This record gives sequence, C-alpha cells and structure tokens, in this order.
Amino acid sequence: MSESIKNTGLFAAFRLMVARDLTLAMRRRTDVFTTLFFFIIAVTLFPLGVGPEIELLRSMGPGVIWVAALLASMLSLSTLFSGDYEDGTLEQMVIAPHPLSVLVLGKLFAHWLTTGVPLALLSPLLGMQMGLGSAEIQVLLLTLLLGTPVLSLIGSIGAALTLGVRGGGILLSLLILPLFIPVLIFGAGAVDAFTTGVSIDGHLSLLGAFLVLSLVLAPLATSVALRISLE
Amino acid sequence: MAKSRFWLYFSSPKTFYPFSGKLIPWCVGVAAVLMAVGLYMGLLVTPPDYRMGDSYRIIYIHVPAVWMSMIIYMVMAGWAAVGLIWNVKLAEMMAGALAPTGAIFTVIGLWTGALWGRPTWGAYWVWDARLTTYLVMLFLYMGYIALRSAIDDPRRASKASALLAIVGGINVPIIYFSVKWWNTLHQPFTVAPGQESKIDPTMLWTMMIMVIAFWAYTLAVSLIRVRCDILEREKNSSWVAELLQGSSAGNKQ
Amino acid sequence: MIWSSWSEFIEMGGYAGFVWWSYGVTVVFMVGEVVLLSKRKRTIIQRLGRFIRADRSKRNAE
Repeated sequence: MSESIKNTGLFAAFRLMVARDLTLAMRRRTDVFTTLFFFIIAVTLFPLGVGPEIELLRSMGPGVIWVAALLASMLSLSTLFSGDYEDGTLEQMVIAPHPLSVLVLGKLFAHWLTTGVPLALLSPLLGMQMGLGSAEIQVLLLTLLLGTPVLSLIGSIGAALTLGVRGGGILLSLLILPLFIPVLIFGAGAVDAFTTGVSIDGHLSLLGAFLVLSLVLAPLATSVALRISLE
Repeated sequence: MAKSRFWLYFSSPKTFYPFSGKLIPWCVGVAAVLMAVGLYMGLLVTPPDYRMGDSYRIIYIHVPAVWMSMIIYMVMAGWAAVGLIWNVKLAEMMAGALAPTGAIFTVIGLWTGALWGRPTWGAYWVWDARLTTYLVMLFLYMGYIALRSAIDDPRRASKASALLAIVGGINVPIIYFSVKWWNTLHQPFTVAPGQESKIDPTMLWTMMIMVIAFWAYTLAVSLIRVRCDILEREKNSSWVAELLQGSSAGNKQ
Repeated sequence: MIWSSWSEFIEMGGYAGFVWWSYGVTVVFMVGEVVLLSKRKRTIIQRLGRFIRADRSKRNAE
C-alpha cells in the first residue's frame, strides 16, 4: 500500500486528500449543519436586536451577513485538524513522501467545499431576510464565494498553531479574527459599493489578490505550524 | 570566523545572563534620569502650544509610547524569525520578553491618543486607518501572549508564537491599506490625525528625551524579564545552581 | 518655569482631565509593570534557591 501511495503524483495525492475529507464530512453531517445553523441564528438575532426597520436592515445587511460568515467559518476551523491530530493521521501526513503543504491544501479545499460553499449558498436566503435586492444578493454571493476560501486558508494557520492547546477554540478566535479584517472590509464593502452605484471591480480584484496570496503562503505557514505542534 | 564566535558567545544564556545583569543598572539609570528630565521639561518648562493649548503635553508620552510599541513589534518579530529559522534559544526568549512591554505601550498609546484626540479633533476615537491598524496591533500582541502562555512546553510555545508574530507582521500593512481604502470610500475624512502644528524646538527636544527614556525603559524591563525566563528554563543546569548559591551566600554575610 | 501658581499647574490651561488622566494611567501601567516584574524575579530566585539548597543538603547527607 505504501508503494502505491509513494507512486501517486502530487495532484493525485491532493485529490485523495479531498476525497477522504469529503467522505469524513459526509459521515459527520451534523458538524456541517451546526455551522450553517450558527450562521442563520447569528444573522437572525440582528433584526431582533436593532429593530425591524427595513432601511436600517438593508444598510446593515451585507456587513452582518459577512461578520456572521466570518464567525461561522472560524468556529468550523477548530475541528479542521483536531480529528487527524487525535487519531495520529496527522503524523502520517507529516512523514508522507508528498509535501505537507499540498496535503494541507487538499484538506482546506474540502473544508471550503463543506463550509464556505454552503455558507455562500445560504446567504441569498439571509439576504432576503435583511431586505437586500436580488442584484445585491448576487454580489453578496459572489464575494462570499471569493472570500470564504481566504478565511479557510488564513484560519488554518491558527488551527494548526492551537492544536491540542487548552482553550484552543477561544484562543483560535483571538489569533485569527484580526487577520480576517481585510477580507471583511472588501467582502462587505463590495455590496455597499454596489448599492451606492460605485464600480465593484476594485473590491473583487483585491479579494482575488488576497485569495492568490493566501493560496501561496498559507499552506506553507500551516505546514510549518503543524510541524511545530507535532514536535 | 571570530565574528561568528562572538555571536555564539553571547547567544548562550549562560554568558548572556551575567552580561545583561551588568547592562540593566545602566538602562535603569538612563531611563530614570531622562524620564525625570523629560517630565520636568514637558510639564513645567515648555510653553503651551498656540493652537492646542496645554492639551498637547500628552504627546510627550503619547508619541514615545506609540513609537516604542511599533518598534517593539518589529524587533519582536525579528527575534522570533531568528529563533525560528536558526533555532537560537536566546532569540526566542527575547521575543517573548518584549511582548508584554509592547502590549503595555500599545494600551498607553491608545489611551493617551484618545485623550489627546478629544480636545484636538473633537472625538475620542475615529475609524481612521492608523487608529484601526494600531488597535489591531494590540489584538496581535494579545494573541501572541495568549498563545505563548497557553502552551506548556516552552520550546513549542516560543516556536508557535514566533510563527504567529511573523504572520501578524506580514498582515499589518495589508490591514492598514485595507482600512485606508475602506475609509476613503465611506466618507472623506475631515479630521486628519497627525497634522501637527509647527513644533517649537524645545518641545521637540523634550519629546526626543522622552523617546530615549522609553527606549532605555524597554531595554531594562525586557532584559529583566528575559533573565527571569532564562532562570526558569535553565533551572536544572549547573551554572544556575552555582550562581544562586553564590548570591545566597553573599546575602548572608 | 511657565506656571505662576500651583493651582494653575494643576488646571493645565483647562485640560486637566485629559492631561492628568493620560499621565496617571501611563505611570500606573509602567510602575505596575516594574513592580510585578521585580516581584516575579524575587519569587523565582527564592524558589530556585530553595530547590538548590534542598538538593545540596540531600547530596551532603548521602
């Protein structure tokens, strides 16, 4: 078996990792649904807190949905590596012949498919709740699809650093949320800009730039962090 | 060759401990004297600013605190990188010893900035790029300290927090420009922090004296802290035993 | 000296609240840091000293 793994190429290893994590996620469906329900509940609380005036909700909507998406994906990050850490799979990944960063990237892609994409697909529903128009909802969906992978990528560094640390979940939020600020600004900002009639090309290109930058740097940083945590 | 041996000599905790012990009294002395001079000049000698009145006297502590907090972050991330890449124990400890002082200066900078901003610009806080990024820097310091203290194994704690310091350092400029952009989109800024009126030379001198005093304070405090860390980490080594025996015997005389 | 009286110094040209709160909090933080640190240093040296003395007496007894 080890021979066959050694002979697989980089892309095949990546694909195997994605398939494995997707299978695991499907077996533990409740984890995915918990994140989604957190997202819905968090957004629902806002109108109850600030009042049902539709104008107010419409102006707050994109920001509220983005902050809730940020918190939801942060919550899901604490379990990103913990299962593999506890059952020893992570150590196998570290000593595998493939670069750890590629395997990490596979895990992150699966994580995005099971949290980022469902969050984005749910957002139109919440957008309607907050009184957004259909064009705005489309922009919101687009920014969430572009922004949530960045959240998974940056968040994985924190998830790797807090592996097996007491109070890991709350510590993770302290480490990671400040780093999410640029994504929040341009994600929610794009919808605001669209509402006021400003071109959103700048926002989208910057979100794309963040995505490319974090695609290159975050898996490397995460694999360094994983090695530190496993020492 | 000789140079590398020189650095090796000082990067060993055993030689660094007595060396830094000799350095601390000097730093404390410089900090105390310059702070006294600076406070005397700042509160009693320098004239009031023609535009801001006496409220400007806050800058004598605000500016040095803000400068130091930013410089400390850079130095901390630098030591962290050295510790992570070349596996130098002393660099790891130095990075950790700087963090609490940096966080304290950031809190002082935010607090004095708010109290200076109210009479000068009419608001304690504005969501300006500089202020927001500075607040984020406090979060980064807090995250660094929290991660370091949450991990029990000292080697892992310093390596993990070192990586965090570096990642945070890379993000600071990105956050700054993001907030700047966000700000220009939302409203044109009417109050621009940082536009100081022409500064009197005595005021500038007083500020420089306070800056040097804060430098010396930082050096003293971080050296004392790193010495504590050295003692705790090396408590089982023979040189610590000899050192403490010597000092306790000396005290008994 | 630019102040003609003590009370004028305290008043700080009408900005007493801002100036003194700034200086006060700064002093509290910096003095607090020094006090906590020197306390920490003293306890470490005492604790390690106790360990070392205990270790030495044990070795002497052997």
